[in-house]
Amino acid sequence: MAEVEKKLETKNLTISLGPQHPATHGVLRLVLELDGETVVKCTPYVGYLHRGIEKLSEYKTYLQIIPITDRLDYISSLSNNIGYCVAVEKLFAIEVPERADFIRTITAEMTRIASHLLWLATHALDLGAMTVFLYAFREREWIIDLFEKLCGARLTVSYARIGGVRNDVPEGWLKDLYNFTEEFPKRIEEYETLIDQNRIWFKRTKGIGVISAEEAINWGLSGPTLRGSGVPYDVRKFMPYAAYNKIEWEVPIGKNGDVYDRYRCRMEELRQSNRIIRQCIEKIPDGPVMADAPKFTLPPKDKVLSDIEHLIHQFVLITKGPMTAPIGEIYSAIEAPKGELGFYIVSDGTGKPYRMKIRAPSFVHASVLPRLCIGHLVADVIANIGTIDIVLGECDR
Amino acid sequence: MTEFFKTILPPVIANSPILDILVIIIKVFIVVNFAMINGMYLSYVERKVIGHMQVRLGPMRTGPHGILQPIADGIKLFFKEDIIPANADKPIFFIAPVISLTAALATLAVIPFWEDFIIADINIGILYILALSSLGAYGIILAGWASNSKYSFLGGLRSSAQVLSYEIAMGLSLVGVMLLAGSANLLDIVKAQENMPFGMYLFVQPIGFFVFFMAALAETNRAPFDLPEAESELVAGYFVEYSGMRFALFYAAEYIGMVLMSFLAAICFLGGWKGPDFWFFSKVPPVIWLLIKVYAFIFFYLWIRATLPRYRYDQLMGLGWKLFIPLTLANILITGLVKLLIET
Amino acid sequence: MTEYYIPSNYLPVLILLIFSVFTGVSVLVFGYFVRPKRSYPEKLTPYESGIPPVGEPRYRFSVRFYIIAMLFVIFDVEAVFLYPWAVAYNKIGLYGFIEMVIFIFILLVGYIYAWKKDALTWE
Repeated sequence: MAEVEKKLETKNLTISLGPQHPATHGVLRLVLELDGETVVKCTPYVGYLHRGIEKLSEYKTYLQIIPITDRLDYISSLSNNIGYCVAVEKLFAIEVPERADFIRTITAEMTRIASHLLWLATHALDLGAMTVFLYAFREREWIIDLFEKLCGARLTVSYARIGGVRNDVPEGWLKDLYNFTEEFPKRIEEYETLIDQNRIWFKRTKGIGVISAEEAINWGLSGPTLRGSGVPYDVRKFMPYAAYNKIEWEVPIGKNGDVYDRYRCRMEELRQSNRIIRQCIEKIPDGPVMADAPKFTLPPKDKVLSDIEHLIHQFVLITKGPMTAPIGEIYSAIEAPKGELGFYIVSDGTGKPYRMKIRAPSFVHASVLPRLCIGHLVADVIANIGTIDIVLGECDR
Repeated sequence: MTEFFKTILPPVIANSPILDILVIIIKVFIVVNFAMINGMYLSYVERKVIGHMQVRLGPMRTGPHGILQPIADGIKLFFKEDIIPANADKPIFFIAPVISLTAALATLAVIPFWEDFIIADINIGILYILALSSLGAYGIILAGWASNSKYSFLGGLRSSAQVLSYEIAMGLSLVGVMLLAGSANLLDIVKAQENMPFGMYLFVQPIGFFVFFMAALAETNRAPFDLPEAESELVAGYFVEYSGMRFALFYAAEYIGMVLMSFLAAICFLGGWKGPDFWFFSKVPPVIWLLIKVYAFIFFYLWIRATLPRYRYDQLMGLGWKLFIPLTLANILITGLVKLLIET
Repeated sequence: MTEYYIPSNYLPVLILLIFSVFTGVSVLVFGYFVRPKRSYPEKLTPYESGIPPVGEPRYRFSVRFYIIAMLFVIFDVEAVFLYPWAVAYNKIGLYGFIEMVIFIFILLVGYIYAWKKDALTWE
């Protein structure tokens, strides 16, 4: 009998999900060990999109790093710009004009909407609801068109600058944006009619990838992935930057910490972002959009062409970086759409950072995948990859 | 048709078996071509319909409104390199798509297009269809096994699990129809529906229709039960290793299966080729009525694909075993009882 | 009038079967002559998300639905029993109905037993 059983012994199937797989949102690789279709072991491998952004930054002036940060989480590039600029401004002790703060808040929330829409689209597509994908992309396109009007770029915007933003908003742009915010809540309802009350959607998302509040904190989760477990932690509330403390909004949280609650959280965040943008448009003050700190910020073009002092500043800033940078180190975080995006910068007084470390939410979130997937089926692995909302550009850096 | 040939052919042939065989071959030719063209153009219709549901246009470049798209696709696939993965089980790899296609095409033998146009008028039509359509799953399972790829292996496994959970519900859902019609012949079933409300079994067999519809979705691997090929999980499932014409055969088989299930639904539940019998409607040829019903059904298929997320493997089995089988059993008992009470 | 005999019911099925096999095979055979054949080892590796496959996919593997497969056989046979009953229902009437109720009842007992024993749950 024992001999027969030995002959009938089954082995687990080791399968590699990614890097070239439609549902891994880039080049994440998961090596799954399957018993039947149940996952018994799950190992995430990252690094397929490693470009050495942190090391590269040590060889660039503070200003030159901004376009590199675009390439972190390329879906919400402006959040990265702002996160980096906020950190550098803290380091240099630059006061940003209020108008620039408001513009940053508006554009950061726009990227949040764009990022969450892309998340919703791909998450729904992974679970088989194809139509939501195209509906969400319709609105994302709208946002991206607005970005194009604002700064000429659609995806990698590089719009924020140390000490403010690149340019003031064009004429009529705020009105266009306001029209968008008028229409957008209806569109959110449209997505929700497709999936929110759908029984199959419930079956696929409720009770999947459950993580308790305590565990979520211990894993270092942040952003909507953490708030889905019921922890109301949001950098925008706890360490306000830009204009977030001047407007009213709420932090939506979930209860059960499953895929469905995280989905609800993000949907509510879409509404809150919309609300923030509307308030900002109403409250935005007049004034300059760049700080008056000639040692650190680029002077306006007309001054450069007419005034020798500004020309010298421009020359030094472009060729060597801000030479009078204070020596020290700084950690500063913002609430990127994916979670807490932190920049740790060490300055040695030269025009280039001595060391830059990026705390990427996607990297932390990718590490929690085995915890979420083990014991579930392959189909749930897909749902879990979707729910933690990772972007490999940011994860691998 | 036989009569027509008798008038034009010399009597030597007209009175010999050759004529019968000739007529059969012509019918077969018509039906197979009809099915193939349907299968081809269904891919176009699917892309168009779903495209418009998803605020986009679908194919637009080849011909006006992309009408030549299926032909372009066909030519492209025909000239595409046929890649056979190393270590594949070659004979099985070769025949798997042919099995799928043959099973799908052969099922058409018992489908009546109108009263006089049916290839094989056999008395166990429904049984024949069920038998052959489950044979199609063999093609999928074998393809999954033969490819020597883990993704297609899992796809094949899923397909067999799907067969296990839906075949019974599908078979049982048609028992109610057979009970009412007293026959398993599709011609008889259509004729028996004449005295029903609106000339359809749909209104006396709603449960049967519902279960049949769901099972048909699962049988043809359509959303929300498209697990064997779930592109976001198993990439393409069982045909991930297939390319070129073999891939096209699987595709054709799937679409022909869809057409076939729609025919079966139209015939068993929607009154077949019978249309409303008044005013202008009585002049519409019967085959048009049948096709209208079939395409309405296919439209439903596409609509569902555009709307619903995908089921999970275990949930699908649970649905088949724990919901559909009790439902159909209850349906059979109720139908039998009501029929008994009415007739006595 | 007819002096010859053809098993007229099933001959068309056979012809259709031959025809459809022919359709499938001929398409592949014609394709064989026109399509390019430029294979190299990398092209022939099975798909595993863009990296070389780990291990062999064909070994004894737990499929997890063995019991359901057994139940399937039983229930499928039951369904086959129901077909002739349904077709002949007009002729057998009340007697046939009661018999079938008993038959389905016995099956239901087994079905409920299997359900309670968790044979129908996945895993």
